[in-house]
Amino acid sequence: MTVRTEKGDAIRPGSPPTVHRYSLSKRVNHWVGAIAISMFHPSLFFLSGIFGGGQITRALHPWFGVILALSTLVLFLQFWRANVWNRSDFTWTLHIGTLLAGHEEKMPEAGKYNAGQKFVFWVQMLLILALFCTGIVIWDRYFSGMTSIETQRLALISHAICATLAILVLILHVYAGIWVRGSFSAMIRGWVPAAWAWRHHRAWLRALVGKPGPAE
Amino acid sequence: MLENPYAHNPDAASKNPPVQGFEEGLSERDLVRRSATASLPQPSRQLTPVAKLIDVSKCIGCKACQSACIEWNDTDPVMEYNRGVYTNPDDLTPNMFTLMRFTEWVNPDTDNLEWLIRKDGCMHCADPGCLKACPSPGAIVQYSNGIVDFIHENCIGCGYCVKGCPFNIPRISKKDHRAYKCTLCSDRVAVGQGPACAKACPTQAIIFGTKDDMKKHAEGRIADLKSRGFENAGLYDPDGVGGTHVMYVLHHADKPHIYSDLPDHPVISPVVVAWKGVTKTAGLAAMGFAAAVAVVHGLFARANRVTAEDQENAKRLVGGDGGRT
Repeated sequence: MTVRTEKGDAIRPGSPPTVHRYSLSKRVNHWVGAIAISMFHPSLFFLSGIFGGGQITRALHPWFGVILALSTLVLFLQFWRANVWNRSDFTWTLHIGTLLAGHEEKMPEAGKYNAGQKFVFWVQMLLILALFCTGIVIWDRYFSGMTSIETQRLALISHAICATLAILVLILHVYAGIWVRGSFSAMIRGWVPAAWAWRHHRAWLRALVGKPGPAE
Repeated sequence: MLENPYAHNPDAASKNPPVQGFEEGLSERDLVRRSATASLPQPSRQLTPVAKLIDVSKCIGCKACQSACIEWNDTDPVMEYNRGVYTNPDDLTPNMFTLMRFTEWVNPDTDNLEWLIRKDGCMHCADPGCLKACPSPGAIVQYSNGIVDFIHENCIGCGYCVKGCPFNIPRISKKDHRAYKCTLCSDRVAVGQGPACAKACPTQAIIFGTKDDMKKHAEGRIADLKSRGFENAGLYDPDGVGGTHVMYVLHHADKPHIYSDLPDHPVISPVVVAWKGVTKTAGLAAMGFAAAVAVVHGLFARANRVTAEDQENAKRLVGGDGGRT
């Protein structure tokens, strides 16, 4: 089975050796999306004071949604290929208990993204698409007259459900990033120690070995 | 200061205001519901429930109520087009809180053309859908006398009240992005006056008083209508929203929908109920549970970090010189 790598992935010699994992554009886009998705709902009033009150929060929230949608579109184009689900991901998922018990070395070797990351990727793509579509319907200022009130009610509840699910996925995503030490700095600096790649994405590291890296 | 003599005993709309100073009738302490507010202090007193009764059979369609409403609330509706019907403006607007809706209806039993005129506006539901849907603390309130009021400085203009309302009443201003609707002239009722529309009505098709009095008055009107051949005459005070503080006497109470789509059985949409009820509870519980699981795993499971063995293995695979050159 071929393991998909992404453009710019390369081993860098040194002591310790490192592996380039996320390009600058991926990192920037990831954090733009992260900020945009954090711009919560205007009903969280204890937060709305940060923006200068409910009226301004209500006006800004959909625009953060637009930024999130655009950022997500770019993120999709950047990441989808390496997130295609394959057979070994099923095996990985079946052994999730082993991972959570702290024995990642006994897991099937993961590619650039493991099955958990792929799950987060695809689910979040779908949820953000749904949030965008339902959000447009309830964007009262510009789109209030275009749909029936009954449609708007359905959009409202769907938007709330999707947002709740997206927050659940986000909790999973952020927690995984904290628990797997080194993930956070990977998304900041763009590179990881080769030992980190060995532990968490061994198949990916193997695929990169012997592959010519960028000239120094 | 004397106590407001009208707070407990609102009188008919025709009464003139008292001349002595008195305690204001409607304030924070009279709130029985407040939007997006879980714990509200118990109101210090219970005001007598009030109601506006609109007798459709007595209405002559003069629109004095609309004019009085504009005048008292100091709104500024734009000059609209004549669309070939008497209803004007075309719909409720942020500047038009009440609207006479005209319907030409052919009674299939008598083959008579009946001209149905219904004064549309906020029904002041006992169980207000707008208030249920509102996310902004204190933007929609309900007083113990039954009046549902929008407190504009707390309104964020999201339009959720529009989705919550079973009667399609609130309108969002494109100018200041706040929701507007009939207040039942809460500022007049607070000082012992009836609503401006009731005061202006030349035929007393609109009257105002305690809800009990209005129901009693309606009974007499309904008996009169029945004696004149309107056997389905009745009171519109729909149970689905807990009753309303604006009620209609309809000559065809068996089919409210003929009066410009007045809902036959209005209820808060089950979608809105589910959204603010089970969905919200389950969603918050799920998020709390997920966060708790993360914290517990974070505290009790060892961090997933690179081991010395991983380092050795990585070095062996990649090579001391990085596996290239």
